[in-house]
Amino acid sequence: MSAVIEGHHDDHHHHGPAKGISRWLFTTNHKDIGSLYLWFSFIMLFIGGAMAMVIRAELFEPGSQIVSPEFYNQMVTNHGLIMVFGVIMPAFVGFANWLVPMQIGAPDMALPRLNNLSFWILPAAFGVLIATFFMEGGAPNFGWTFYAPLSTEYAPPTVTYFIFAVHIMGASSIMGSINVITTILNMRAPGMTLMKMPLFVWTWLITAYLLIAVMPVLAGAVTMMLMDIHFGTSFFKAGGGGDPVLFQHVFWFFGHPEVYIMILPAFGIVSHIIETFSRKPIFGYESMVYAIASIALLSFVVWAHHMFTVGMPIAGELFFMYSTMLIAIPTGVKVFNWLSTMFKGSLTFETPMLFAIAFVALFTIGGLSGIMLAIAPADFQYHDTYFVVAHFHYVLVPGALFSIIAGVYYWLPKWTGYMYDEFMGKTHFWLSFVSVNLTFFPMHFVGLAGMPRRIPDYAMQFADYNMIVSVGAFLFGLSQLLFLYVVLKAIFYGKKATGQVWEGAKGLEWTLDSPPAYHTFETPPNLESGEAKA
Amino acid sequence: MSSESSYYVPDSSKLPIFMAFGLLLFVLGAGGTINDLGKESSNSYLLLMASFAVIWGVMFVWFSNVISENNQKLYSDQLNRSFVHGMAWFIFSEVMFFFAFFLALGYVRLFAVPWLGGDGEKGITNILWPAFESAWPVMETPDNENFPGAYKNMNIPGISKLHTWLPFWNTLCLVTSSGTIALAESALKKGNRTSFKSWMVVTISLGFIFVFLQGLEYYEAYAHMGLTLGAGIYGTTFFLLTGFHGFHVCLGAIILTIMTIRGFNGAFSKHDHFGLAAGSWYWHFVDVVWILLVLVVYVF
Repeated sequence: MSAVIEGHHDDHHHHGPAKGISRWLFTTNHKDIGSLYLWFSFIMLFIGGAMAMVIRAELFEPGSQIVSPEFYNQMVTNHGLIMVFGVIMPAFVGFANWLVPMQIGAPDMALPRLNNLSFWILPAAFGVLIATFFMEGGAPNFGWTFYAPLSTEYAPPTVTYFIFAVHIMGASSIMGSINVITTILNMRAPGMTLMKMPLFVWTWLITAYLLIAVMPVLAGAVTMMLMDIHFGTSFFKAGGGGDPVLFQHVFWFFGHPEVYIMILPAFGIVSHIIETFSRKPIFGYESMVYAIASIALLSFVVWAHHMFTVGMPIAGELFFMYSTMLIAIPTGVKVFNWLSTMFKGSLTFETPMLFAIAFVALFTIGGLSGIMLAIAPADFQYHDTYFVVAHFHYVLVPGALFSIIAGVYYWLPKWTGYMYDEFMGKTHFWLSFVSVNLTFFPMHFVGLAGMPRRIPDYAMQFADYNMIVSVGAFLFGLSQLLFLYVVLKAIFYGKKATGQVWEGAKGLEWTLDSPPAYHTFETPPNLESGEAKA
Repeated sequence: MSSESSYYVPDSSKLPIFMAFGLLLFVLGAGGTINDLGKESSNSYLLLMASFAVIWGVMFVWFSNVISENNQKLYSDQLNRSFVHGMAWFIFSEVMFFFAFFLALGYVRLFAVPWLGGDGEKGITNILWPAFESAWPVMETPDNENFPGAYKNMNIPGISKLHTWLPFWNTLCLVTSSGTIALAESALKKGNRTSFKSWMVVTISLGFIFVFLQGLEYYEAYAHMGLTLGAGIYGTTFFLLTGFHGFHVCLGAIILTIMTIRGFNGAFSKHDHFGLAAGSWYWHFVDVVWILLVLVVYVF
């Protein structure tokens, strides 16, 4: 450790990666750590996806066929937890690690050793979470929102491990965000002012701020649970003067900004892809920045729209209804800007662009069902039905996940130096596009007709749609195996990529070789010409 | 290129993965220990102890490395600014952690307890415990058999009896110590090391007096006031808010003790003393939280 420093500091900038496993265990390189995050997220996608497959297999027909209701609850819970904390968030952190230093012309992340720690906490946390399946009482079974008293008085004993796993997961997110925010604020190349930063960097600056603001509140929520379960306090017990609804307030104060944490970086990725394949600079750069900032600020004052049916004073219902609807305005600005960027552009439809366009269309469907849910009186009908499941899966799967897939196709040649197979990529796209709609669109109908979520059985009249949904889900699951194949094929058998990769791509990362050297921008690039603007 | 002008990117390091391993042990140890509370035979606490050893050990080596790298002049001004940003955002995250507990206290006092007493549009909750009268502090809980309320509370007893009220002395200690650490810092910047070291000793003494008085207050609460963690929502919010604050004071006092020891060993110069400055910001932060806490927990 300390031996590394002595006498080495003059030449250590120039040597390449260490050999073997120690490269990945001890690395302080933002590119290595970015790859670790992305592969971790990919593996978790298949674990969380397998759980989704179990859920859809059980719901293929009405009645109880494959798993017990108890195990079904564990599947629903861990599917949600893994997809949110183990797939979407780490994938975006992976993108941030790879791209933020290269896009702002920095030699690495600001605090490289902390960066490594942030990553390696995740396998520990999720290892414990998955290990709870094999412990007495089974894995957490109270839904990914872990409402009290389900998660306190009626929880399995493994909830204690769950609580501490969430604690270190939160620590990982906070450390990672401190690193990103410090890198962006302190390490930009001379000449790159804030309003010249690429949009992906902007979205991560604001995402990191949101993470630092709300992950500690989640830590507070699970700490209150721990105290209520084991130390006799009464935060969530009405008998002692507390209130189970308090849990929902604290949780959603974290949870709603969390929703935007999972979508803001997606906005950044999609903005880059759309401008590249439209061969036009993004329309309304400044309004994009202000829209991201407004969405982030509004996210702190809308949390109780998740709780319209729990019982709130009418003034509260109205406040949260209107503030939620306000979010449609900056989001609409973004969709408008993406469309305007494409308008009269020289469009080509490579795989990243296909996923990005699908993102714009399908995320908007999720956004519109969000406005329906924001209407408090209507929400009394929609609440806890499959309509809600359809809504948030539309923003998270063809929303966040599609942006991640689009970003992987877009930057994979830059990261690995090899081009993916365009035909296979497009096949992957069309399979995913069809199956994702087959999976989630019918959920709107069964939801409006009254099918409740989180129940392993349903009434006969929902049978046809559920069978369609399950078929779509299996197809979507298989399509992602194709994605894995395309990525591996590119890495091992792909054609050599050029540094520029895409004709229309602008930004500092495209001025580097593909793959970039192990250490890049050891001296900051000169940006006085203003070329680096997104 | 010279290390003066370039950003120091450390070579690969074994420290982070050991820290992650320590945290894994912590999750398993803490989870096991708490789940086995009250059981006769449990070895999970050994895992918890091991995790503390690993975590503290790694922190010691990690900070030593950073100090020695700094002494080798590997760090540029830009890198030192990264540390400033990092510490500032870390303190912001701590503020938000306390925010969760203040939010809980506010919600309980403004909504949950009055509603349980029959107020407002949620007055139906009063059906469960019709005898419950809402008041703050909640001395008699709705379900007083399972959550026996305290028979005395911690509220301010009036100006004339202020000297008998521990939180008054606690406030005095903490506010004074915030001033003394500022004096220590400014003495260091002027190069007056004797004065710097003396003010540091005064600061950490005040910090430990605070922790001692807080312990005394908890003893009083448990022994003579019936005020416990199980005493309903008043005890719950009282202990969690003051407890987490006290925990942060302990942490701050440990940090400052280490800084003082380093000061006695000749560390820190007029212009290069980030470790001390960061510790001092942290100390001001626990001070500000305490003032808010006194207002909403003890006074109003």
